[in-house]
Formats: sequence, structure tokens, C-alpha cells
Amino acid sequence: MDIPNSKERRDFLQKMMQGVGYGALGIIAWSSYLSQSQARNLTLRPPGALFEKDFVRTCIRCGMCVEACPFDILKLATISDQISIGTPYFTPRTEACRLCPDIPCASSCPTQALDLTSLIKENKLSIKSARMGLATINTQTCLAYLGLQCTMCVRACPYPDEAIFLHNERNTRTDMHAFLKPVVNPDFCTGCGMCEHACPTTVASITILPLAISKGDIGSHYVVGWKEGDESRIEDDSTDVTLEKTKRNEKSVIDNLDDVEGILKGLYDE
Amino acid sequence: MNNFLYKHRFLLSRRIVQIALLTIYFGGNMYGWTLLQGNLSSALIFGFIPLSDPFATLQMFFAGAAITTDILLGVLVVLFVYSVIGGRFFCSWVCPVNIITETAAWLRRKLNLTDKKKRVTFSRNIRYWVIVISLGLSFFFSLAAFEMISPIGIAFRGVVFGFGMGWLFLVAIFLFDLFSQSYGWCGHICPLGGFNTLIGRYSIVKVVHDSDKCVHALECFKVCPEVEILAKVGRESVPIGGACIKCGRCIEVCPSDAFEVSIVSMAGMASMAKG
Repeated sequence: MDIPNSKERRDFLQKMMQGVGYGALGIIAWSSYLSQSQARNLTLRPPGALFEKDFVRTCIRCGMCVEACPFDILKLATISDQISIGTPYFTPRTEACRLCPDIPCASSCPTQALDLTSLIKENKLSIKSARMGLATINTQTCLAYLGLQCTMCVRACPYPDEAIFLHNERNTRTDMHAFLKPVVNPDFCTGCGMCEHACPTTVASITILPLAISKGDIGSHYVVGWKEGDESRIEDDSTDVTLEKTKRNEKSVIDNLDDVEGILKGLYDE
Repeated sequence: MNNFLYKHRFLLSRRIVQIALLTIYFGGNMYGWTLLQGNLSSALIFGFIPLSDPFATLQMFFAGAAITTDILLGVLVVLFVYSVIGGRFFCSWVCPVNIITETAAWLRRKLNLTDKKKRVTFSRNIRYWVIVISLGLSFFFSLAAFEMISPIGIAFRGVVFGFGMGWLFLVAIFLFDLFSQSYGWCGHICPLGGFNTLIGRYSIVKVVHDSDKCVHALECFKVCPEVEILAKVGRESVPIGGACIKCGRCIEVCPSDAFEVSIVSMAGMASMAKG
């Protein structure tokens, strides 16, 4: 091995390592920005939007939905919005979705990030099947729950008595008035935000939250006796569970829980 | 004055095209014009001819997004145009960031900041690595990685839909190009520039150099944003290939008209390369 050759190689390696250094720095900064923009957020998307993760990767950020929106409710996120840049969103407290029957925003989407097929029912466009979010009520600040007569949200709702209805209750504080409490029905609420827009409290007491956050799910491990046929789900399930014998499961559960003294003494600690 | 116009005919035409495009897209959003709707990522001409950014689409593909036929058609239209007239014509005739970096480069020349000793030099190949990293990060984070930070998107969406704090990013690019590296963003880092270079490699519209006319004034070297492509100028008559952005500045500044826009067939290119 002669010397100039090894110098050349050293220079080459050094240059390459320099590149690796710059690259690492760039990739770290870039990645942290990307992962931050993936954080679960409260962004509300136009009707028909895919779930957030699929939405941000499928949206090409062309802004055609924003242009199509006849009420200028949709906005494109800028770098300072804490929302994946260039993607459409709306803020109900400022302007709520008007639920156009021809759904111009989703119709204009070239990538199906706004999936028009999810808004078709019986071969017809149906904005009623949009699920942009779900209205949730803060019963501590809602005027109706405090005992005042309000009904603003119900009046603003495009599907009153379906998506939101009034539940009448006796007011035991005065014993002569009624509570007219608004209740949201998740089966019909489109998440348009007309209620949030109309709410008269200083900070809205009814808010639209994305379904991923607001929509509960009971799961499959509860069997409810009052729902016909629900028990049949577990008929075929085997109850033959063999467990490794431990101090904890030697006795029945009830016996274990009754033996408070034993638990405190740490009798069952493994 | 007419001489000035003639000496800047390409530059002025490009600025007019760039600003006209911004205006038309802006009108599309603001007043509902249907000439061009959308933005540089994806658009519709007259409401039915689709256009889509091939690089953005490739990132989406790597991110695992389903690509619709509308988008694919748009990509094909753009690929066809780029492969005929050269991908990097986008850089000098359409891209709004070009206005920023060319202004920075002009100011850099005026302020005499081009002293070689003071200059930090970056490799032109960084842009190809940025393409690789873009696609890698797109795959890893399941979203189009470069589109998330693209100053082109920020600038264009900024004008059409509103900036937010995005303009700071553009100021940073201006300062980087002015003080750190001449054409630092457009000629070294921007992966779209690299991508368009690759697509337009065999385009038939090219700037062609005639070495018989060359008087070695070296004016072209002062203005060219990708000076390496002028390596053979003055020695051989060649089509200027590779990373040429077709800005036409060399044609304007050449005192002996040794450059011209020409249609180069594949056969012609091969023979010119030989002879």
C-alpha cells in the first residue's frame, strides 16, 4: 500500500463522514418536526375525511376543497397552525360546516383523502352520513344544565331531535321549574359544529371533538343481559381455562378478597 | 430601454409567467376562476385536465397512501411535459422560490460576496441524497416528508391561501443563498430540483452552445445557477444538459450569441456529444 493512495482514501472517508454528520443533523431535525405533526390532535377535517393518520398521508395538500367551500369555512393549515401543514381544517367556534347537500369539498378531492364514497347512501350523496366529529357537552357550564332555559344548540342543529334533543327533568332546587337538558345522539351527530358556534357561554359548553377522541367503544368483553342475543356471542366460548397454580388463585376470588389480613401481610405476594 | 428589455427577455418573461401563475391560482381560490385550480401539488386546468406533482405522489406512495387514477393521470401529464421540455424548466419558469434565490444571487454579485476564499461550498449531489431521505422518512412516518417542509409549497400556498409564519422559512432561504452558498437551496439542496433533473435528462428542448461563436467572455459563468453544466463551453459545441434550468440567462448575457434554444433529437444529441 503506497502513501498517496492511503491519503486519498483518508480524504474520501473524511468527506463521507462529514456528509454523514450533516445528514444526521438534518434527519434528526426533520424527523422531530414530522413526528410532532403526527401527534394526536383536535383538528376537525372536512366531511368524508379518512382517519387522521390515513388522511395526512393521502392528502396531497392542493387546497381544492378549500377553494370549493362556498362559505369559506375550510382553511389550509400553515406552518404556525400546529396542524399538518397544507391540510384542510375548520374551526366550528369561528365558522361551522354548513353541510352542503352537494358536498363540493369532498367532490373536488383528487386523492380521496376526502372519501366521497363514504358519503353515499342508497346511491345518493348524503351529507347526513358525514361524521366530522361529535358534539360533547360540558354539563358544569351548560346553561341548560344549570337550570336556565337556553336551547340555542338545539335550535342551531341542522338535525334537531335526531342529533340533539331536549331531555326534560324536574328541577328539585326550585321544585317548580324544569331542566331542559340538551343530549347528543352520536348515531346522528355529523360534527358540523353549528351548536358550538351558537353556544352563548364565554367558552363554548358544547364542543366538537374528533371521533377518535370522543367516540367511546364498549369493546367486546362486556356482555349485556338486556340486549337480546348479546349472550349468544359467548355461548361457544370455552370456560375451560387452566391456570398455573399460584398462592393467589388457590382459593376462589371471593375468598381471596375477604382475606384482608392476609393481603396486608403480603401472604399472596409472589 | 429596448436594449434592456431585449437583454432581459427571458428573465422578464419568466417573472411574468411566475407571477401570472400565482395570480391565476390566487384567483382560483379567491374568485372561483376555473382556468387553474389547486396549487403546484395538484391542480385542474379548466376544471378537467389534471396535473399532479410526480415527486409528491412518489412520497405519498412511499407513505403507503392509495394513489387514485385522477392523481396518476395528473402525474402522467406532468411527466410527459417534463420529458419533452425538460423537468427543470419548472424551476425557472414556475417555482416561486426561484424569484427569491435569483434575487439573493443577484444581490450576492452586487455586494461582491462571491470571494472564493470566504465561500462555503456544498456538494450539488446533496439534492439526490435529500430525495433518498425524503422517501425514507415518508415510509417511516407514513406521510409525504418533503411536502411537510417544502418551501415551494409554503411559498405557493402562502400566496394562494395565506402564509401564517411560513414567510420566515423563505427569509431563511434568502439569507442562506445570500451569505452562505450561491444558489444554495435551488442548486444544491432542493430534492425537487434533483428529481426534475432526472426526469428531464433526455428532454428534446435544450439550450445549445456553439463554440465557433464563443469569444470566451465568461459572462455565462457569472450568471449560470448551475455553472458545472458549462464545463465544455468555449471548447465544444454541445447541448447544455443535466441540471440546466432553462432560465435563458446565458443567452441574454452572451456578447456573441453563442447560445440558443433548440430542439435536440436523441440522434442529434449523441452525434453532438461525439463530435
